[in-house]
Amino acid sequence: MTTATTDRSTGGDQQYEIAHLKLVPKRHVGRMIAAAVVLALLAALVRAFSVGQIEWSYVSQFLFSPAILAGLYNTLVMTVAAMTLGIVLGVVIAIMRISGNPVLSSIAIGYVWVFRGAPALLQLMLWFNLALIFPTMGIPGLFEFRTVDIMTPFVAAVLGLGISQGAYTSEVVRSGLLSVDSGQYEAARTIGMTQLKMLRRIVLPQAMRVMVPPIGNEVIGMVKLTSLASVIQYSEILHNAQIIYFANTRVLELLLVASFWYLFVVSVLSVGQHYIERYFGRGSKSIRSAV
Amino acid sequence: MSKNILVKAIDVTKNYGHFCALDKVNLEVARGEVCCIIGPSGSGKSTLLRCINLLERMDGGGIWVNDELVGYRREGNNLYQISDIEISRQRRRIGMVFQRFNLFPHMTALENIIEGPVHVLGEPVKDAEGRGRTLLERVGLAEKANHYPSELSGGQQQRVAIARAMGMRPDLILFDEPTSALDPELVSEVLDVMKDLAASGMTMIVVTHELGFARNVANTVAFMEAGKMVEFGLASEVLSAPNSARTAEFIKAVHS
Repeated sequence: MTTATTDRSTGGDQQYEIAHLKLVPKRHVGRMIAAAVVLALLAALVRAFSVGQIEWSYVSQFLFSPAILAGLYNTLVMTVAAMTLGIVLGVVIAIMRISGNPVLSSIAIGYVWVFRGAPALLQLMLWFNLALIFPTMGIPGLFEFRTVDIMTPFVAAVLGLGISQGAYTSEVVRSGLLSVDSGQYEAARTIGMTQLKMLRRIVLPQAMRVMVPPIGNEVIGMVKLTSLASVIQYSEILHNAQIIYFANTRVLELLLVASFWYLFVVSVLSVGQHYIERYFGRGSKSIRSAV
Repeated sequence: MSKNILVKAIDVTKNYGHFCALDKVNLEVARGEVCCIIGPSGSGKSTLLRCINLLERMDGGGIWVNDELVGYRREGNNLYQISDIEISRQRRRIGMVFQRFNLFPHMTALENIIEGPVHVLGEPVKDAEGRGRTLLERVGLAEKANHYPSELSGGQQQRVAIARAMGMRPDLILFDEPTSALDPELVSEVLDVMKDLAASGMTMIVVTHELGFARNVANTVAFMEAGKMVEFGLASEVLSAPNSARTAEFIKAVHS
């Protein structure tokens, strides 16, 4: 301590000269250990799969088989149909909810309460078995169907998935509508817009910026949720994989085939979501600077 | 009613619960005139303005624009509330400029201006764009046509908002504290555009704290406090020799 003070009094300038010193970066020992452990575990997992009793030849054989591709097509059709119904219902229910009409807004609240409260699988089965309580449907005198004829697995799955999705989507839409500044509503009214035109031209385009990320997540969720329709015999990809493995007993191989396709579709959708977000973010500073 | 009176408000009353925002307020603005409404915060200036284009519904009294009763239809001894579509038809003739601009952030400056003409009035896009560019030129922003609001300064945004209001070819433009949200150095560019507009003969009702603007541009000045119209008269008289002691006190406080 005493020497330090003497040094300072004699050659004090030296201790402030640091420009010529070599900078040694901090070493992240903890990070390296953690990375090594995780990589080792991953290697063990890969090895387990490669030496496990998986016949990879079956995976490659069935990856592009017609039954699997037909299932993939049906999965995509179901995703689009159920999600479309969900978004349409979601927008309608959200607008009912924020409308000044107490009856409409109560019905909207009740809808969300009921269809968000029951498991999607249960709702699918309810629709599929509707014929048990309503053997026929229609408007008396005009037209009438036998319920079993129209309540096909496809229709039951679209209704079950779409209607329960509508309950979730309506909350997303509502938060989007609420995110739009009240000044925007006033400016739209001031240039003489009617309620509907204001929603379509001014409010919804701005709400979309808030709504797209969560709706993107829900579309991705729906891709996977369609697998529930296998329970009511809709031949989507998981159902078709099951049919094949019931015959050839290669259970895990076919489940891997199905997982590959789910992962593939979800990856493509994630890329698409990025571009849709960018489109609806136009005019917004934070988004543009990020792109 | 005299022919050159464009806006006439009689006994306009508005309550929020027990709070009386407007208490039997009267106002008259002739065609081509500029009327400035001054007064302390919470005096009901903005509420009166918002009653004129039905952003607020009044609880009593009536407002006539162009001899047409705003928000109601008279049949015999009954007053009927008009439909939403009728209300939007009345609003087309009344422009409004807001304190916080309220430009549509997902549209460029030009798109903001042509939105009403194209999608409300049904003008062809080409015509509306041509007129929109002329309006942008008039407010000194010809080169900003394709900029989004987030790329413009506050003063530029407010000038686009004025051009948007003019795009609807209104009989009247309402200004709700148009310079209160601006940086001090940007105030004059907006006031200059408003001066030009006044000189071109546009009827304007301006809620403002800019007494200099009121003195130079306004024909009439109204002083409001606590929901009441304290004083209303020619600008020169109200600002230089007010009748009420309260008005004099307010003008003195703002100037010091």
